[in-house]
Amino acid sequence: MAKGANPYAETGAQHDGPRWGMVVDLDRCTGCEACVVACHAENNVPAVGEDEAARGRSMHWIRVERYWEGEYPNVRARFMPLLCQQCTEAPCEPVCPVFATYHTAEGLNAQVYNRCIGVRFCANNCPYKVRSFNWFEPDFPEPLQEQLNPDVTVRFRGIIEKCTFCIQRIRRVELDATGEGREVQDGEIQPACVQSCPPSALVFGDLNDPDSRVSQLALSRRAFRLLEFLGTKPGVIYLKGGETNV
Amino acid sequence: MSELGSREAGPDQPPGGPELSAQFQGRLLLEQRSDQEINEAVLRPMFQTGRGFWILVAVLGAIVAWGLYAWGYQIYWGMGAAGINRPVYWGLYIATFVFWVGISHAGTMISAVLRLLKADWRRPITRGAEAMTAFALMMAALYPLIHLGRVWKFYWMIPYPNNRLLWPNFQSPLMWDLVAIFTYLIGSMLYLYLALIPDMAMARDHTSGWRYWLYRTMGLGWRGTEAEWHKLHRALGIFSVVIIPVFLSVHSIVSWDFAVTIQPRWHSTIFAPYFVIGAVYSGLAALATILIVVRKTMHLKEFLRAEHFDPLGKMVMVAGLGWIYFWFSGVIVEWYGNDPVIIEILNDEVFGNLAPLFWLQMTFNVLPVFFLAFKRVRTNPLLLLIVTLAVNVGMYTERVLIVVGNLQRNYLPFNWGTYKPTWVEISIVAMTFAGFILLYTLFSRVVPYVPVWEIKEGRLRYSLRRIGRLLVPTAAEIE
Repeated sequence: MAKGANPYAETGAQHDGPRWGMVVDLDRCTGCEACVVACHAENNVPAVGEDEAARGRSMHWIRVERYWEGEYPNVRARFMPLLCQQCTEAPCEPVCPVFATYHTAEGLNAQVYNRCIGVRFCANNCPYKVRSFNWFEPDFPEPLQEQLNPDVTVRFRGIIEKCTFCIQRIRRVELDATGEGREVQDGEIQPACVQSCPPSALVFGDLNDPDSRVSQLALSRRAFRLLEFLGTKPGVIYLKGGETNV
Repeated sequence: MSELGSREAGPDQPPGGPELSAQFQGRLLLEQRSDQEINEAVLRPMFQTGRGFWILVAVLGAIVAWGLYAWGYQIYWGMGAAGINRPVYWGLYIATFVFWVGISHAGTMISAVLRLLKADWRRPITRGAEAMTAFALMMAALYPLIHLGRVWKFYWMIPYPNNRLLWPNFQSPLMWDLVAIFTYLIGSMLYLYLALIPDMAMARDHTSGWRYWLYRTMGLGWRGTEAEWHKLHRALGIFSVVIIPVFLSVHSIVSWDFAVTIQPRWHSTIFAPYFVIGAVYSGLAALATILIVVRKTMHLKEFLRAEHFDPLGKMVMVAGLGWIYFWFSGVIVEWYGNDPVIIEILNDEVFGNLAPLFWLQMTFNVLPVFFLAFKRVRTNPLLLLIVTLAVNVGMYTERVLIVVGNLQRNYLPFNWGTYKPTWVEISIVAMTFAGFILLYTLFSRVVPYVPVWEIKEGRLRYSLRRIGRLLVPTAAEIE
């Protein structure tokens, strides 16, 4: 590991490429849910409707969890955007009987929709519960289908889907950079949630590059990873929110 | 009775002669009856297909048909037809799957373990137990299919060579499940069939028409020579030994579907033995229930008697004590661990929305142990029926609690949820219960329910020997 690299870089001799990661600054998050909307639009995530959502069938690749602290009137809302943590030691991966979920060389947990048979074991074993199951055939009512992203598959019923860190955007930037004969610049890749976050609470980048913004932010004293004690080694690093988190 | 053609000559001499003492007769497992009478007593109920029988078959068939419709509905519309959601991704299907795998354990338990221990009281109940294993496993094997989001791709779990070089993931406990269940299913069916061969030959010699053809085919030309008996005993001996590790591994592997995850409460080292003992508990109780019903409906009171229900009841009791012990060992450690999520799950189970299920489980799993301590309960068919049914209600509840109760809560409170089964799930669960009873009922009309050769063999063990002027009851070593 390079000197001064952040402690969250993915180590290992076989790994010299990028390790995509994200920093979520809880101090900055206002809970506006722009990331959620952007993600739905970018990744063709269907809206299941109120009834299904009430039954616990809502489908979001990123969601903003809201927790209340204290007793009325001294209550405080805390917002925590939660997306797939892209764990290095992902609990979802070994339990899949058909290798539909696997680890890519760039540190992502990939989900192969065509291979998934829908046992939902990965979803049970995900401590962050960020995997969405297609309980029914996804429905995009009349005008909505016009805005489907052609870069992303529309999934079918009976399979698991999840956050990809907008792999289609990563690939496009990588291809463009290769075509122009240069390296991918830090901050060049922006997943939909990062791009749409008004207070810039979300930052995306390469954790293996010690100079990248995510690596620098990860050095913060406020940095922590969610449910770190489980040993999942997530690629998403949170920065603790303090008093400003209203 | 017209089909019961008699091909044998007159009745054989009852073993031991008429001077057997009453106390000694009890150990014979059978009153003094000739071989011919035993054959008839076992074969007669197989031909009893009266109106009641066909009504039962029709009702069970209707439930199965409705369940198949529900399954089709779920396949057509998606898994959302079931009540599962986030975070309760597994519900009644997996709970019932564990239940059926549990039920399947008693067949081998009774048959293989008791055969190795040379326990004579097993003789009349082995076939009923082995058939229970086979049919319960068939029902269990349906659930991994039923709960698949894309059941039409189920074969991707099977390691078959394909041009994309795709292979199933042998790290996944679901793959271990697949291997374990199919091994156990094949093993237990072979085991059932092996012990069936002499009785198929016996039935062949007493029937005509389609039954004759069936039994002749299945009897494999059995003639009852010394060499054939020797081979049969050898094969059964090998199978009894080999199937015990399989039987222990199957429910351990089922438990690892849960225990290898990092879901709080599931992630527990005691799950494997806890599941095995629970499986034996519910399986033996189910066996007692079935035997009581079969004994009444098929008029087999002569074969299935207090001498058999008494030790069976004792075994249920011991398994029940074991279940309590393992349950307590698991909970006490987790409770003392004081992990916030686990405390939340435990509180939720004992006082929360699942409390009725929890107390049902505790009542129906613990109280039977006390009742079964009394010989009067163990030997009274009605009381034993009630107690063993209660055990299985309790054990089914336990499985629901393990699957649903633990999934409701996890590390992030935002994702806590609850679960209510839908009509689809209930119909499919009812389908497997009806399907099990249906298969068992049809089986009992096609195959001699009581293993005749085992009973005859058991009788041969005992004889009276005259030593000087004294008549001494003796038991011979014949296995």
